[in-house]
Amino acid sequence: MFVIQYFIPHYPFNRMSHWFSDWFAIILACAIVLGALNLMKISIQKVIKKKPGWGYAVVIIASFLLITIIGLSEGEGFREPGTWFDWLYVYVYTPCSSTMFAILGFFVASASYRAFRARNFEATLLLLAAFFVMIGRVPVGDIISGFMPEGARLSNLASWIMTFPQTAGQRAIMIGIALGIVSTSLRVILGIERAHLAGE
Amino acid sequence: MSTKAKEILALALIFAFSLIFYIGKVLGWGAVRFSTTVSLIVILLVALSLLWILILTIRGHLVERRIVFLYVGIAVALPLFMTLSQRIAISPEVEAVYNTLEGLPEGSKVLVSFDYDPPSAPELQPMAEAFLYYCFEHDLKVIMMGLWPQGPMQANMAIEKVLSDEKIKSKNLKYGEDYVNLGFQAGYEFVIQRMGSDFRSMFPTDYRGTPYEQIPLVKNVKNFSNIDYCFNLSSGFPGTREWVQIAVDRYGVTLGAGNTAVQAPQMYPFMRAGQLVGLLGGMVGAAEFEFLTKWIGKGTKFMISQSFAHVIVIAFIIIGNVAFFRSERKTGLKR
Amino acid sequence: MKYYPSTSARFTAGFGCFLLALLFSLFSLSVLAQEEPAETDTASLSVTPDSIPLEYYPLPPTNVRVKDAPNDAGGSIDVQWDMSPDDVPEGKVKQYRILRAELIEGQRREFIEIGDATAGATLFTDGNTEDGLDYIYKVVAVNSLTQNNEVVWEAATESMPAGPVRSSAQWFDRQRVNALVGVLLLCVFIIYFITRARAGKELFIRKIAGLEAVEEAVGRATEMGKKIFYIPGISDMDNMQTIAGITILGKVAELAAQHETWLEVPVCRSLVMVTAKEVVKEAHSKVGRPDTFHEDQVHYLTDDQFGYAAAIDGMVVREKPATIFFMGEFFAESLILAETGNASGAIQIAGTAAPAQLPFFIASCDFTLIGEELFVASAYLSREPKLLGSLKGQDMGKAVILVAILIGIILETFDIWSFSTLFSVID
Repeated sequence: MFVIQYFIPHYPFNRMSHWFSDWFAIILACAIVLGALNLMKISIQKVIKKKPGWGYAVVIIASFLLITIIGLSEGEGFREPGTWFDWLYVYVYTPCSSTMFAILGFFVASASYRAFRARNFEATLLLLAAFFVMIGRVPVGDIISGFMPEGARLSNLASWIMTFPQTAGQRAIMIGIALGIVSTSLRVILGIERAHLAGE
Repeated sequence: MSTKAKEILALALIFAFSLIFYIGKVLGWGAVRFSTTVSLIVILLVALSLLWILILTIRGHLVERRIVFLYVGIAVALPLFMTLSQRIAISPEVEAVYNTLEGLPEGSKVLVSFDYDPPSAPELQPMAEAFLYYCFEHDLKVIMMGLWPQGPMQANMAIEKVLSDEKIKSKNLKYGEDYVNLGFQAGYEFVIQRMGSDFRSMFPTDYRGTPYEQIPLVKNVKNFSNIDYCFNLSSGFPGTREWVQIAVDRYGVTLGAGNTAVQAPQMYPFMRAGQLVGLLGGMVGAAEFEFLTKWIGKGTKFMISQSFAHVIVIAFIIIGNVAFFRSERKTGLKR
Repeated sequence: MKYYPSTSARFTAGFGCFLLALLFSLFSLSVLAQEEPAETDTASLSVTPDSIPLEYYPLPPTNVRVKDAPNDAGGSIDVQWDMSPDDVPEGKVKQYRILRAELIEGQRREFIEIGDATAGATLFTDGNTEDGLDYIYKVVAVNSLTQNNEVVWEAATESMPAGPVRSSAQWFDRQRVNALVGVLLLCVFIIYFITRARAGKELFIRKIAGLEAVEEAVGRATEMGKKIFYIPGISDMDNMQTIAGITILGKVAELAAQHETWLEVPVCRSLVMVTAKEVVKEAHSKVGRPDTFHEDQVHYLTDDQFGYAAAIDGMVVREKPATIFFMGEFFAESLILAETGNASGAIQIAGTAAPAQLPFFIASCDFTLIGEELFVASAYLSREPKLLGSLKGQDMGKAVILVAILIGIILETFDIWSFSTLFSVID
């Protein structure tokens, strides 16, 4: 239906994609209950049977109940500034997710330290490209290459690498992925691929 | 000292520092700033310590990943206390966004989609603020929305910051006439698709609950054909790719984007194909755009930390390769 | 005696009068020139809405053309015009207003304002029309002065009316013919090769290291007596990468069930949990070990991206699995997951079609399926002819694109023909 409505704008095709997307949103919203109940069931079982790591299950249950009760008790305006829900969002949830995101910085450094080895020609090429892009994308690159003429500095080199070789690689991967998606979608639509439906 | 003891000591130190900073904030202590001389001495010390690690590596004492983490932490945190400045070079992608904005006449309607949440705010919020500042300064009308639930809240924060500027305050901008926040709508890329035919069907009211037809700025805005320029701030899905696939390809919208540094490389094919008119990539893109729009915010201030962090990572890559070649040589000799 | 002036006296008097008249005229003209207001100083003059001088009015836009907006579902009319000659930088035109009147049974109703466009614009799309109803349009060039967000005065000039015009829906979007041809071509290739594969033709498929290592990875977990973790990404079942990941899960679950190794599948979405549970259960039944399946193997953690990453990291650090699979769509949490798994010593096989995350997986995992390799996994592992046939069709599609790229490079580089316009889907 979504494929057809891309080519046929006339009613009812344009409306049908809207109806399907509305139904999808409704189903998603209902499905969240399934997941939440499953999480609670497993956590409670862990606590009752004192399985290893049951302390974390207690934290899960307590957090879940706390945020649910607070959100429900504050009514429609639960997201307004000044509510307990907003306080938990700003001072608990936001710092926790920001911290997890910030950990990426450390992991990038350790992954680079471990993985960027000049083992062969291709790896050396990759290493050099990464070096020039990393140093060229920050002002330090231009400070180091300040003696070079305008247009020939590290920032220009980094820009060139991003605009040409990197874009070419991205395009190749994107074309392959797009073809893969079309092919897999066709297999699913035609019923050839049924493994995800737990059938053969 | 055992590993566990070291971990406890590290945690205790972090806790102690956090407590000191918190007490300082509560008691209103002044900001700690190193003078330029002290900053340069600190940089020299860090460089010498890296050199020492390199020498140790050559001698065969490999550094463990926790030392790498420590140096990255130092590289990000210490520059915040330093009084250093650096010249920001403008890249063509950022310049393209600015040039497109410059070409918009007064009164043009600009749609800004805030498709990110607080973890990505350090990179994208400075872009949002600089963009809104430029729009308000040049009398462009701004319609804000979000495909992520936290997007409109980020939009409100950016608006508040920009409206507190004296120059913008003097313009007496009115909500509903000069800018409006339509809020969040669930549905991912389907929202963009529906907006192509009718904005009102996706946003029957704005963020405050005012009916769409009662908002002067948008009451005659039916769909994308009534919008002069779109700007998308995105850190994942749904994001710039969906805006390109639907808004640009189907409805011919002129689109600029601001993305996190990780996602920005994926947008270059769209830029080269002309589907995306300009791109702000990561904090460096934010800093460049702040320079162009003359709104100096956190993007510029935090670039020092980013510069340091990049240099530290490069240093450790070099150290890692030295260790690699040393071990290869050893294996070669053994054979 | 009468006195008659001489000729020279008459001439002198006449010339004097002429000079006086000339001086007076020049003086009058200079006073009038000084009194004419400067354009930038309009605010200081007493120009009121009732007394706008004629020179403030801009010339009207011309050549207003109206037509049904093409390739849409109806309800839209495009209004185009040639800009007013006064529409220049710092000119008299500040904006255009679009007026519309309905024409019902030959009677024209009142013109109402339906929208506006900035100076310099030449197109407005009226998206509020009713199909089958006739409309007339006018475009108004507007000059105005605004101070402190208040309009001080406004001078507007209307164009000639244009119309009548009706909006209608189209059955086919002609701008997308090229997309339709591309999709049909690819479908033809895939169906053709599936048919050939069904007929028994053997199809070659190259080795994919990541998929070859699946059995070895499961075997490692069995030998060490540790768990296998399978992470199907953070997207929902509407995403093809998740479907591909779930498909591979089925194969991995079969191997794990055969070896009686515990397979744990923590998921991020409820619908994925339901599907994955059925797939793993089916896999256990397929190898004749339905009793070894436990409901707790597949469990939901949280929808939140970093909450999910934190939970999985905790599980990996505490339980130290022998093998970790990352198959599906990932975002920023990919490196957090992969680095933690690497530090725990597990063998890691990843597969994603998210280009931004591929470098992180390649740096931290032992094997990585890049992009479309994730989608071929089910065909590769099952070796079913129908699935292999679709791979061949996909490859043919890629070959056609490669040839088109080469042709395009030659034609565009030597400026022979703008080949890329064939692939454009917008005007």
